[in-house]
Amino acid sequence: MIKAENVCYVYQIGMPFERQALKNINLEIDDGSLVAIIGHTGSGKSTLIQHFNALVKPTSGKIEIDGINVTSKDADLKLVRRKVGIVFQYPEHQLFEETVYKDIAFGPKNMGLSDEEIDRRVRESAKMLGIKEKHLEKSPFDLSGGQKRRVAIAGVLAMRPSVLILDEPTAGLDPKGRDDILEIIKKLHEKNEKMIIIFVSHSMEDVAKTAEKVIVMNEGHVEMMGTVDEVFSKSKKLQEIGLDVPQITRLTNKLKDAGYDLPDNIYTVEEAAEAIKKLAGGVRNV
Amino acid sequence: MFKDIIIGQYIPGNSPLHRMNAPIKIILTIFYIIILFFINNPISYLAFALYTFILVLVSKVPLKMILKGIRPMLWIFIFTAVVNLFMTPGETVWSIPIFKFTLNITSEGIIQGAKMLYRLFFLITGTSLLTLTTSPLQLTDGIETLLRPLSKIKVPSHEIAMMMTIAIRFIPTLAEETDKIMKAQTARGADFESGNIIRRAKAMVPLLIPLFVSAFRRADELATAMEARCYRGGMGRTKMKENKAGIIDLKGCTIFVIALLVLILLEILVEF
Repeated sequence: MIKAENVCYVYQIGMPFERQALKNINLEIDDGSLVAIIGHTGSGKSTLIQHFNALVKPTSGKIEIDGINVTSKDADLKLVRRKVGIVFQYPEHQLFEETVYKDIAFGPKNMGLSDEEIDRRVRESAKMLGIKEKHLEKSPFDLSGGQKRRVAIAGVLAMRPSVLILDEPTAGLDPKGRDDILEIIKKLHEKNEKMIIIFVSHSMEDVAKTAEKVIVMNEGHVEMMGTVDEVFSKSKKLQEIGLDVPQITRLTNKLKDAGYDLPDNIYTVEEAAEAIKKLAGGVRNV
Repeated sequence: MFKDIIIGQYIPGNSPLHRMNAPIKIILTIFYIIILFFINNPISYLAFALYTFILVLVSKVPLKMILKGIRPMLWIFIFTAVVNLFMTPGETVWSIPIFKFTLNITSEGIIQGAKMLYRLFFLITGTSLLTLTTSPLQLTDGIETLLRPLSKIKVPSHEIAMMMTIAIRFIPTLAEETDKIMKAQTARGADFESGNIIRRAKAMVPLLIPLFVSAFRRADELATAMEARCYRGGMGRTKMKENKAGIIDLKGCTIFVIALLVLILLEILVEF
C-alpha cells in the first residue's frame, strides 16, 4: 500500500527559478490496484512518482510504502528501490548492455541474486513482455523502438517490484506498439494480484481502456481521484484544467445532447459500439 | 549535482550589464582577467573586490547564483591552496613531520596560497558574470565578431562560433539527460556513490553508454534540422539582430577605464 501524507516539494529553493512542484499531496493506493495518473504538462506527475521510490525526497510530508517510511533519513533506499520499480519516460534510452539478456539482468544482478535466480527472472519477464528467446542474445540497439521499450520494462520487472510505476509508457509509439504495451499492463495486473501498477498518461483513451482508478493532477495538487467513471463523468472540470474526456465520450455526449438515449458512462469505442447497436436495435425493433 | 553548473546559464534581465554590447563585454572581461593577475598589493586587492562587488550589484544577478557556480570548483580551490601552501620556498613558520619527510608551511606559502585563491575566486566570478548577463547567442555572436578579422588568414570564425553556440546550448541538455539516466539506473539498483575508485568507474558504464548514444542521436537530429532549414555555413549569412555599440557601452568602458586607472594609481602610489 502506498500512503502519502501532506507531501510538498519545492524545486531549487532560494533560486530565481524556485517553483513549488507539489502542494500538499494526500493519497492512498491499495494493493493490487491499477491506477492512472493524468494531468497537464508540468502538473507534477513525474515529480510525484519519483517520490515513491525516494529518488526525490519531499520538502515536507511523509510517504509510506507497505508501512516503510520512505522519507525518513535512515530509510533503506536499496530495499525501497527493490520494492518500487520505476520505468521512466522513453526508458529505451537507458539501455546500455551488449545483449538484451544482460540488460534485463542488470537490475537483478544489482540485487545480488544468484545466477540461476537471475536467469529465471530474466526469462520470465522477457516472456511476460513478449520478447522472443532469439532476441535475448541480440544487441538492444538493433531492436525496433517498441521492442526496445519492452526490453526496458522487462529490466524493471525482473526486479519483481511490489509497485510498478510507468511514466508515459506509450509515448512516441505507433498504434500497434501502444496497444501491445497497454495489453501487457493489463496482463501484469491480472497475473499479479498484489502488485500496484501506476502509469502516467496523456491519453484519455489509454486511461479509459486500461486503468481502474484515476488520479488527476493539476498545478501540483491532486484535483480528483476516483474510478474511471467518477473522473470522466466530470468532463467540464477536466476541460477547465486542460484535460479532456476520451474522444468517444465527447461523441456520445453530443449524441445525447441531440436527443439520443445513450448511457452516461461510455469511455471506450467498444462500449460505444455496443450501446449504439442496442439503441439502433431498439429504434428499428429488429 | 549537475544543476550547479552555471556555465552558459543565462539569467535574463535588463540591467546595464545585460544591455551592453557582447563583443565589448568580452574584451572588458579579458582585461578584467589580465588586471586580476597584475595587481599585487593588498589595497588594490580590496579595490578590485569592491569593483567586482559593485558589478554584481549592478547586474542584479543574485549573489547566491554566483556562489553556486563556485561550488563545483571547490576541489580545485583546495588543491591550489594546499599546493601553494607547501610548495613555496621561504621562511618556515610551521613544520609537520610525516614519516621521514617534513612538510614545511612557509609564510610565503600562506601569502601565495591566499593570492591564488583570490585570483581563482574572482576569475570565476568575473567570467560567470559575463555568461550570466549575456545570452549564449549574444556571446557567440560576440566571439564571432571578435574573430572576424582572423578570417582573412582563413580562420573559420563563423564555424568556430557556431560550434561553440551548439556546445554551450547542449550543456544543460546533457546535464539534464545525465540526471535522468542516473535516476533510471539508480531505480534499477545501480550504485554511483559507494565503493572504491575502480568500482565507481565501472558503475559509470551504465551511465556513459546511454549518454553517448543520446549525444550522437541529438547531434544527428540537429544536423538534419539545420540542413532542413538551409544552413550552409557562414558565407553570405546576415544577422537578424546586428549588435552595435551604443551609449551604454561608452559609459561602461569609461567606468572600466576609470576603475583601471584607480587600480594602477593604487599599485604605484601605495607601497608595501
